[in-house]
Amino acid sequence: MLTVVAVAVTAVLAISAGLALIRLIRGPSVLDRVVAMDVLLAIVLSGIATEAAYSRDGSALPVLVVLSILGFTGSVSVARFATRDGQK
Amino acid sequence: MNLDTLIDGIAAACLVAGALLSLAAGVALLRFPDLLSRMHAATKPQVLGLLLALLGGALRLRNTIDITTLVLVGVFQLATAPVAAHMVGRAAYRDQQLRRDLLVTDELATNPPIDDESRNHRPRS
Repeated sequence: MLTVVAVAVTAVLAISAGLALIRLIRGPSVLDRVVAMDVLLAIVLSGIATEAAYSRDGSALPVLVVLSILGFTGSVSVARFATRDGQK
Repeated sequence: MNLDTLIDGIAAACLVAGALLSLAAGVALLRFPDLLSRMHAATKPQVLGLLLALLGGALRLRNTIDITTLVLVGVFQLATAPVAAHMVGRAAYRDQQLRRDLLVTDELATNPPIDDESRNHRPRS
């Protein structure tokens, strides 16, 4: 694979991770932050998959499974217990 | 141009497309006005971008064990992203964290609003 493609993909993923991070910091409610966290985690998954594709090395792939399971559990449990930012 | 080069090219195209969809999701996350539309950005383009990145990885790695792991991650993402988005959307609706002026229709509006008194007594399921 061309190194140019890898660098471009990494740059674009970094930009989108930065945008998600801005929403994660600003985002007015807890649920906004949950959504932003979900997107950030999916971007991290894309980055790990890109790294595995670039180096032709599948040893990082179990991390993908663990991360996706953890992300699902985290966002569901936070959404389950989130109320009005604790103002109740 | 042999077959390996071609498959590598397709993998590179998939990775670039996945990264661009991730960028679209990031921009939408920042620009969309309320939680429900941000949730749209988090579920649809983001999951498609991740699937394209996984497809690019699978086309590049080309062995059975790695492809199985990648397919597992993709299937799991497809199964869990709607569930997580549903939970977030329901919690948002219950807490009224949505902009009514942006809604086209509200199919849950016939239900009586949950006031704080009844919220304390009913199980929050």
